Amino acid sequence: MKVRLADIAHARSGDKGDTANVGVIALRREWYPLLARELTERRVADHFRGVITGDVKRYELPNLSALNFLLHGALDGGGTLSLKTDAQGKVFSTALLRMVIDVPDAEARSLGLPAA
Amino acid sequence: MKQVVRVAAGQGFWGDWLEAPRRQVEGGPVDYLMLDYLAEVTMSILQKQKERDPRMGYARDFIGAIESVLPAVVERGVRVIANAGGVNPVACAHAVRDLAAAKGAGGKVRIGVVTGDDLLPRLDDLIARGHALANMDTAEPLSTVRDRVLSANAYIGSTPIVEALTRGAQVVVTGRSTDTALTMAPLRYEFGWAPDDWNRLAAGIVAGHIIECGAQCSGGNCLLDWRDIPDLANVGYPIVNANADGTFEISKHPGTGGRISVPTVTEQLVYEMGDPNSYITPDVVADFTTIQLESSGPDRVRVFGIGGRPPTDKLKVSIAYRAGFKAVGTLVYAWPDALDKAKLADRVLRERLDRLGLRFEKVMTEFVGASATHGPLAGTPNGDLPEVQLRFGVRGEDRAAVERFTREIAPLVLNGPPSVTGFAGGRPKVEEIVAYWPALIDKTEVETSVEVIA
Repeated sequence: MKVRLADIAHARSGDKGDTANVGVIALRREWYPLLARELTERRVADHFRGVITGDVKRYELPNLSALNFLLHGALDGGGTLSLKTDAQGKVFSTALLRMVIDVPDAEARSLGLPAA
Repeated sequence: MKQVVRVAAGQGFWGDWLEAPRRQVEGGPVDYLMLDYLAEVTMSILQKQKERDPRMGYARDFIGAIESVLPAVVERGVRVIANAGGVNPVACAHAVRDLAAAKGAGGKVRIGVVTGDDLLPRLDDLIARGHALANMDTAEPLSTVRDRVLSANAYIGSTPIVEALTRGAQVVVTGRSTDTALTMAPLRYEFGWAPDDWNRLAAGIVAGHIIECGAQCSGGNCLLDWRDIPDLANVGYPIVNANADGTFEISKHPGTGGRISVPTVTEQLVYEMGDPNSYITPDVVADFTTIQLESSGPDRVRVFGIGGRPPTDKLKVSIAYRAGFKAVGTLVYAWPDALDKAKLADRVLRERLDRLGLRFEKVMTEFVGASATHGPLAGTPNGDLPEVQLRFGVRGEDRAAVERFTREIAPLVLNGPPSVTGFAGGRPKVEEIVAYWPALIDKTEVETSVEVIA
């Protein structure tokens, strides 16, 4: 089953220099392991291909049912250097939530995931 | 000792809601009002102001904020802690003293001033003694941009603020204190936490992180269920209700809008997060993977379980330097085929800049309404967009080239693609870029001092 991240998680993003961070939070605690399994550094780097110039680093916060991603080279130099509308990475959050993931039907049903 | 210490956030950045400080001291009982004014590049803006006038260089909004809360400070003993001092905390403290005098409270407000974060006068000496102040992102030594440096300030921790409070300051003004120290310091002071009580100090830092962006933890900018967040017009700013054991609750005043829930607090916890295992501050390294949250009532979240460990022997330094010039111009194209028209205008503009022989480090085009915020992730927009804004920016070392670029936008209204409007703002403005250079310095090089005036 196809599941859109925006339907199973919420997120907030911000900046540190030329790096945007996106914190992704599972809407239900029991959905966190699925996020931790599917949202690998590689998967997120693929998602942002053409948008960021650097690599992706992931940190886990199981206590908050959250993952934190650092997207390097995301902000055209960052801060005051950047010419971008989103120079401070404020809306990388919803850009990540556009992602659609494939979940086996049985698992999706048992977790009660909404279909995309 | 107080059972519970209440620290209210009244300002999340310089430019935040002017009403918030007064609402925080009048909406219900609080012990401290915490006001955070400094973002990464604020110090450089303040440095430029100080160069023009040596009595300037602090966040002037703070004086208005103090005016709005002065009765609470004088009559009810609410104490205010703010990093509004910028690059001139002494002048800021004098302005507070003058304001108190003008409002009939002369001599009644004890003001603590924390100095010592300003490294600008010592920069050449530090470099000469082998401190490279290398850029934490690029590893380049500061010597490469030394002649363009505008300001250099060490991020300082809670200790001098605790000292100011101990000496009876009712208003504490600092320069480049960390945002989180403004909240942690009064807890450390009130509860007498030892300087090596890592778990409690870390709890104070987490409390500071949650409220340092004001309403961003109480329903503001909250993505989850945003339509249902009540009464944002009347949003309540957050309050930390701390216990001596390091546990605390986040709340807001009754009758205010917004929301405090586990999700709203969690969104703020991950904001501007780096490695959650090591949230490094001058006082302590907090481990955000230990934080536990639970709902403890309507618009109330309990925070507990926080672990910390000793800090490093370095302080972060915020350096600002001149990094060239930039300008951004915009035009709006209307249906039909709005995006195609904007794209043609972009090609025309680029060709004209090329023919003029203008050289830039960076030329950037965005199509607002189609792809400016999410880029290719937004997919191909349908052909029926009602309008698209062409947003075109350049940046470079050569001010004249950037200036010349600003003259190329307006002509497109008459000599470019059709259905174009939105040029009421006039020619784009050339801005000098003041860029941020994060570095580290040995703690032993930075000595803070505290003065209390009335």
